[in-house]
Amino acid sequence: MAFGVKQAKRWMSIANDHIQQQKQYLTELDQAIGDGDHGLNMARGFQEVAGKIASTNYEDLGSLFKDVSMTLIAKVGGASGPLYGTAFLKMSLALAGKKEADDKELVAALEAALGGIKARGKANAGEKTMVDVWEPVMEFLREKGSVHAKEVELLAKEKMEHTKELEAKKGRAAYLGKRSVGHIDPGSASSYLLFAALAKALEE
Amino acid sequence: MKKLINDPNQVVNDMLEGMVAAYQNRLRRLPGTKVIVRNDAPVKGKVGIVSGGGSGHEPAHAGYVGKGMLDAAVCGEVFTSPTPDQVLEAIKAVDSGKGVLLIIKNYTGDVMNFEMAAELAEAEGINVAKVIVNDDVAVEGSTFTTGRRGIAGTVFVHKIAGALSERGASLEEVEAVAKKAVQNVRSMGMALTPCTVPAAGKPGFELGENEIEVGIGIHGEPGIEKTTIKTADEIAETLLDKIFDDMKLEKGDRVAVMINGLGATPLMELYIVNKKVSEILKEKQIHVHETFIGEYMTSLEMAGCSISLFKLDDFLIELFDAPADTIALKK
Repeated sequence: MAFGVKQAKRWMSIANDHIQQQKQYLTELDQAIGDGDHGLNMARGFQEVAGKIASTNYEDLGSLFKDVSMTLIAKVGGASGPLYGTAFLKMSLALAGKKEADDKELVAALEAALGGIKARGKANAGEKTMVDVWEPVMEFLREKGSVHAKEVELLAKEKMEHTKELEAKKGRAAYLGKRSVGHIDPGSASSYLLFAALAKALEE
Repeated sequence: MKKLINDPNQVVNDMLEGMVAAYQNRLRRLPGTKVIVRNDAPVKGKVGIVSGGGSGHEPAHAGYVGKGMLDAAVCGEVFTSPTPDQVLEAIKAVDSGKGVLLIIKNYTGDVMNFEMAAELAEAEGINVAKVIVNDDVAVEGSTFTTGRRGIAGTVFVHKIAGALSERGASLEEVEAVAKKAVQNVRSMGMALTPCTVPAAGKPGFELGENEIEVGIGIHGEPGIEKTTIKTADEIAETLLDKIFDDMKLEKGDRVAVMINGLGATPLMELYIVNKKVSEILKEKQIHVHETFIGEYMTSLEMAGCSISLFKLDDFLIELFDAPADTIALKK
């Protein structure tokens, strides 16, 4: 399916809706094992993103995602600002100059985003972070070679819930050690919301 | 929650306004940012030193901006790391062409935001070096965790790096001495009560009337154990023991000591803690070069303290004793 500026804008707008609705939930997840500001920070960041891209005309996907990246970097703060900022920066580089991405190009751009998240956060799968959603989703997409919207959403959700069983090894939750088990990782929850939004944007 | 504030969302801005109004002869705020720089920045021929982190740790970090310490401090939201664009503005404002050293406390958010800022600055042609302070012995560092946190001992690193940069040393030299300082400083803290972040409106953790938390970080993150309240002597002993486990100190070694209050502990109690600390060091025949007692890196209104030991050699002593003229530390 075609993924152009229109779809990308829709993705960010739906992502913002999801995050605004789940702001309190994300914050509660973060209060349990982190410092309790994830929902507030993400809501502030994506509100700005939605405003910025709705009011701008983009020639190509690269420049759109560069704006997303820079806005998140400047407005979110904490650890999730640089992580999501880097993810979208890598996407913008992968999609530079492209008006539209085919399935293969979109998967490659998401792959680049995951690479950016792992390099910035120095985290691997199994450490109770957003990578625990991103990595299995990318494995699935790599295998399929295209973005199957509904399956992506379900897989992301399942993997987010799976972080409950993990012991945190990265971020502030890592100081809790075993006490972090039993809680969903907030970054994996916001990542799920992003994939759910992507799925919805592609379905429409 | 009872606090002397106007609006929970404006605390950092209002604080900076008040700070600059009081010290406008030496500090200024970069317009449109939460960056505090010394008035004469960029200082010609000097490596710029930038540090910072979440707010709520006053006088850290803006209190250490001035001659002989930091050229700029970047103030994030309360307990939240500043963003890379803000750090970048600080770097640009203090670079005199000799490069800039970033002194970063080892928290995931701080490290990532400062690293991104360093990359952005390098893209603009500025030489940037980084040191990561990890003085807190409460949490073990391993390849599986973020490693030890950076807490009050960071102030010693500011002092040493600032002193050498003031002499016109190169970025490589200033970076090397800052790393040496990091290797030689160890800290450990404990809390008697939690603190309340204004925007959250409720305490970050709970402690019973007779409980203390040993090994907390500067945001009240849990440490080693929750235990029942002990005497000041016992607490001093517990904290020092953990530091000694991690730091090889021998008879005849020289150290600087910091007994740091976390925001709601009277000086009286800090002096009481130091009584025991000085006795133990004397017994071990470790020479105390100088003791800092007071609030150097706080955690809002948390009660409790941290102890830091900084092992010195001749060169570090020379830099430690060099002049500094900042709001919170003068030499």
